[in-house]
Amino acid sequence: MSASTQIVKRKARSFPAPSVIPGFRATFGFTLFYLSLVVLFPLSMLVIRASELGLAGLYGVAVEPRVAAALRTSFFISFAAAAIDVVFGLVTAWVLTRYEFPGRRFLDAIVDLPFALPTAVAGIALAALYAPNGWLGEPLADYDIKIAFTRWGILVALVFVGLPFVVRTVQPLLAEIDVELEEASATLGASRAHTVWRVLLPPILPALLTGFALAFARSVGEYGSVIFIAGNLAYISEIAPLLIIVKLEQFDYAGATGIATIMLAISFAVLLAINLIQAWSQKRFGHV
Amino acid sequence: MSDALAPAIRIAATRRVTEEAPLTRYLLIGVAVAFLGLFLLLPLAVVFTEALTKGAGAFFATFDEPDARAAIRLTLLVAAIVVPLNAVFGICAAWAISKFSFPGKSVLITLIDLPFSVSPVVSGLVYVLVFGSQGLLGPTLSSHGIQIVFAIPGIVLATIFVTFPFVARELIPLMQEQGTVEEEAALTLGASGFRTFLTVTLPNIKWGLLYGVLLANARAMGEFGAVSVVSGHIRGLTNTIPLQVEILYNEYNIVSAFALASLLAGLALVTLGIKTLLEWRYAGQIAGRRRH
Repeated sequence: MSASTQIVKRKARSFPAPSVIPGFRATFGFTLFYLSLVVLFPLSMLVIRASELGLAGLYGVAVEPRVAAALRTSFFISFAAAAIDVVFGLVTAWVLTRYEFPGRRFLDAIVDLPFALPTAVAGIALAALYAPNGWLGEPLADYDIKIAFTRWGILVALVFVGLPFVVRTVQPLLAEIDVELEEASATLGASRAHTVWRVLLPPILPALLTGFALAFARSVGEYGSVIFIAGNLAYISEIAPLLIIVKLEQFDYAGATGIATIMLAISFAVLLAINLIQAWSQKRFGHV
Repeated sequence: MSDALAPAIRIAATRRVTEEAPLTRYLLIGVAVAFLGLFLLLPLAVVFTEALTKGAGAFFATFDEPDARAAIRLTLLVAAIVVPLNAVFGICAAWAISKFSFPGKSVLITLIDLPFSVSPVVSGLVYVLVFGSQGLLGPTLSSHGIQIVFAIPGIVLATIFVTFPFVARELIPLMQEQGTVEEEAALTLGASGFRTFLTVTLPNIKWGLLYGVLLANARAMGEFGAVSVVSGHIRGLTNTIPLQVEILYNEYNIVSAFALASLLAGLALVTLGIKTLLEWRYAGQIAGRRRH
């Protein structure tokens, strides 16, 4: 008894907690060193440059009309794309986990395509597909619908990019739901639609929100798959990441830093939101 | 009318209470298949058909171009440097995090995941801020004749950044689940620490490691945004395959652009194939599909 209390006491003092396993200092040291060198040091450079600008400077960059327009474009279209992904991602995840049909496993595997396909390849493929002479662009042009080289093109590219985030966040939860809950609901007289709406969907809501946040965060920063189909007209179809590159090419480092800092702040806000959603979900449903 | 309804009613009668009506089911399957076909399969099909519009000759001619060959060589070189480095890092980080308990662990995990929440363009930008001509270290280094950005080292660094978490975040949950019992047994039996890792830990994590390496490699070879910022776009020198694709496409050299792109699309398909295989075959031995 006294020996175990001693261990507990030592645990509080030593770093790491005592263990017979060797190699902590080497692996932990290398981890910290490599992390600092490759990630933390360069990122802190951005923070330092941004603090040199100061809040007033950052605000000045943000309200510059072209920057404001680009941020708005990125923000709103990413939001819309993530919303579309939530709807179709839920249907896709539902179909893939609940139904058996020929080609299901193939479709399940292909959902990850946006993760695996390089963004530039996706970009030129989407541009070719929706261009006025493309497979989809040509028939759509007959109805006077233009996708490529407009804001709709950005939306299409961002829907592509964000889809797997929603599907892969929702899918494991759908697979784990206890069938007995649904049976109970049905025996109590609920219609199938009612069961789905009141029994199945609520526990999935946090996952849907997380998927939405992940898709949104990814979309705001997305570059490669968007620029080929966007048209990139300043004030209209220019996304924030592209404007960073434009600023860099003009050697406007302050402007580039400003936009990057704002985007980074958005990412962190989204990360925080995801953590809050998961904490809430843990409390409400007992799962993440 | 009643004839047409009869089969539907019969099916409805035998349907389990936890299933949707057949019509709803077919409708949902139809929506999902149409959506995936439209957004995922069509773009994929376009890559290969555009690459082959002028026949196999034009397709293969792309790969005889010296610039294309240089791009392929550079991409392979970058991946060959980046992937092993990040794999070693991932193993070290997972070892320290999963086999020991120490305060601040969750902060460390969050920091390792950080590059995933940074836009690729911003990932490139931070290296320009450090190593560029107006950067912190740029002027000092260039006075010694060392160039980092707009040269190969910058491309390597930016690629390390964007693929940084892949192996680590795959191995950390896996090794946390496996615990330390087996390692402790090996150590009590007199095995050295390194031998314990090689003969006990490594066999336990090999599929997870392969999974992480696979994803890191796909991203390393395909990265566009971050590399685009730091590369300088010098043909034959600092263009990776994705950058070369961009240049060819912007020059309206569509067949060559898509031919090179089809190389990357092929890589993506192979990656997805192996990934799916690993998920089916070794589901218990990879943390897999948690989240990307």
